[in-house]
Amino acid sequence: MTTNVVETEQNYLNVSYGVRSWLLTTDHKRIALLYMASITLMFFVGGFMAVLMRLELVTPPGDLVTSATYNKLFTMHGIIMVFFFLIPSIPAVLGNFLLPMMIGAKDLAFPRLNLLSWYVYIVGSVFTFWIVIAGGVDTGWTFYTPFSTSSSNTHVIPMTLGIFTVGFSSILTGLNFIVTTHKMRAPGLTWFRLPLFVWAIYATSIIQVLATPVLAISLVLLAVERAFHVGIFDPKLGGDPLLFQHFFWFYSHPAVYIMILPGMGVVSELIPHLARKKIFGYNFVCFATLGIAFFGFLVWGHHMFVAGESVYAAMTFSILSYLVAVPSAIKVFNWTATLYKGSVSFATPMLYALGFIGLFTIGGLTGLFLAALGIDVHVHDTYFVIAHFHYIMVGGMVMAYFGGIHYWWPKMTGRLYPEGWAKLAALIVFVGFNLTFFPQFILGYMGMPRRYHAYAPEFQVLNVMSSAGASILAVGYLLPLVYLLWSLRYGREAGANPWGVKGLEWQTPSPPPPENFAVTPVVTEEPYNYPSAAPGVPSTLQEAEVV
Amino acid sequence: MSEAVAALEGQFRDLEQQREAASLGMWIFLMTELLLFGALFTAYAVYRFTYPQEFAAASRDLEAGLGAINTAVLICSSLGMALAVYGAQTGGRKRLLFGLALAIVLGTAFMVIKGVEYYHHFEHAEFPGLRFDYARPHAQATQVFFFLYFAMTGVHAIHLTIGIALVCVVLFKAWRRAYSPDYHTPVELSGLYWHFVDIVWIFLFPLLYLIDIHK
Ligand SMILES: [Cu+2]
Repeated sequence: MTTNVVETEQNYLNVSYGVRSWLLTTDHKRIALLYMASITLMFFVGGFMAVLMRLELVTPPGDLVTSATYNKLFTMHGIIMVFFFLIPSIPAVLGNFLLPMMIGAKDLAFPRLNLLSWYVYIVGSVFTFWIVIAGGVDTGWTFYTPFSTSSSNTHVIPMTLGIFTVGFSSILTGLNFIVTTHKMRAPGLTWFRLPLFVWAIYATSIIQVLATPVLAISLVLLAVERAFHVGIFDPKLGGDPLLFQHFFWFYSHPAVYIMILPGMGVVSELIPHLARKKIFGYNFVCFATLGIAFFGFLVWGHHMFVAGESVYAAMTFSILSYLVAVPSAIKVFNWTATLYKGSVSFATPMLYALGFIGLFTIGGLTGLFLAALGIDVHVHDTYFVIAHFHYIMVGGMVMAYFGGIHYWWPKMTGRLYPEGWAKLAALIVFVGFNLTFFPQFILGYMGMPRRYHAYAPEFQVLNVMSSAGASILAVGYLLPLVYLLWSLRYGREAGANPWGVKGLEWQTPSPPPPENFAVTPVVTEEPYNYPSAAPGVPSTLQEAEVV
Repeated sequence: MSEAVAALEGQFRDLEQQREAASLGMWIFLMTELLLFGALFTAYAVYRFTYPQEFAAASRDLEAGLGAINTAVLICSSLGMALAVYGAQTGGRKRLLFGLALAIVLGTAFMVIKGVEYYHHFEHAEFPGLRFDYARPHAQATQVFFFLYFAMTGVHAIHLTIGIALVCVVLFKAWRRAYSPDYHTPVELSGLYWHFVDIVWIFLFPLLYLIDIHK
């Protein structure tokens, strides 16, 4: 392998070749790429289901698919996008790749566990594919009982087992990241010198470790109830269906933060680096991150305002939900203040970051509408809710994911992506996204319920707008797939630090060597320590003696 | 110590860092486990609050004597585990091997006694899903009680089975002299896990068996 006349530097991509070297790798960077390939596949499978739904909704009557098929489409779309794309997206791809590099480590604390968690993810995904082929599930991604345990005649049990399995992938990743952050930091890298992305991944990992087991055991109970016709949630058999909803949302509300905190982490990197400015209020962003993770555990009841929980519980959950808005708003203000008087580069990642701030703000503010008891009764189970959480998850998390992928693409692959095409795609995504989901706020407010394949004719104009937007959005998502793959072969060589930024991950060649750093770095300053005036880029790296 | 040097993995600076990482990893894993059981304990609390009398009556159908014996068996097995860890730390090979073997034997004994109890419940038609007498008074609430009983003790038994398998591996390696006072992290970590499973039972026993015992 090393017989080339020109000696090429060894990096994690060329250190070994062949399928085996990938499938048995314990290198966090390779595992990140394995995850990236798998979740990309899941993203397009889930997206395809969304396309079918939007096609159905172009006309008021249910003419393209039957209502039963439509139920399965939105269920599988939700399950795939939530459990198989959004939850692993930024943590398992960017987190895996960057966490050890950002803290100056050679790898995660448990590299084999890391590979295992990818295999566990694959087992869960294969399960899911099998279920899709076998006919799908129609319970909604929420699996509400008693429908899921006694009425639905679709493949509920295998699907719960699939999610149970993939949950362990999430738990193992979180565990690995927490230990790595605690124990593997380079000399001099104190907690308050950590990049904000690391803080975000750390807080996310805590949620993954603490919330996921509750979902896992609830799904097991659900599967047992369904399989053996015994009662734990079924009211006919003495069970309490509301208990299932409590369990489900005890995981699934914090899971919303698994799906947004890493996005906030990415944006907290993109903005100071690409504005060449110290982040405004570093400590505030840190504590806001931890605050969101903490309060996120106390608000699950806001999903059950109309499900029969007591009015006092509802009022408490409503107030607590408002509290989460405070740390979220702190972050938005800090990002904005960081941009102020910075020398802002409008490269593609920054476009995504700016899009994130705007869309996340809309999504967050409409979340306050839903946290208000009175308004929630009116808009519950309507398209208003759909629009709200897509603004957070797609407008927020997916935008941040794309921004992060573009920003770190040169580091991951050693190649530059084509900037012109990338900017065009970012613009298309932004326009397509808003055209798809903004009309849904209005539809929901007018009273169009979610989860139906037919609707009243007066809703048609807005639905056609939404479907048109979805087709634009699809183009925006397909473009990066094409030009990023293209850049692997034809992109310009990136060099170690094409953005000219600080941050440990840029102080090593691209693609990085297998052990990340030739010499363990010593950190002597806080992150984003740009001089207050100009775009000068001194190094944060001082070389230590020996390992 | 050559075994110790061989055990150092590439991503760590030294054995100390590796040991700390492994230990923290186990503690975090136990946090996950705590929340897993936490959901079951929550369900128990909810239904005991909903059906207080029925739960008390159903609890009387459990064999508190066997439960008490099992509690003693499990506590003694934890003693064995503690002995093993002490032996590993101090280089006491006999103590290490004996402690591990004791834990395995008593853990298995626990499973056997548990199996006897399960069989009795099956015979008495108190096994929801397989054989349950829905004609008995308060059948629904009793069914919920027994569902929770089997879910909680069943998940516990699965954990104990994994624990026994784990300790068997550790025993085998200890036999092959893989551990020394410098390197015995696996012994310590399986000890942590074992004690955790033990503690869960310490809570399960009174909650399930002793609800109504004072009358
Ligand atoms: Cu929520």
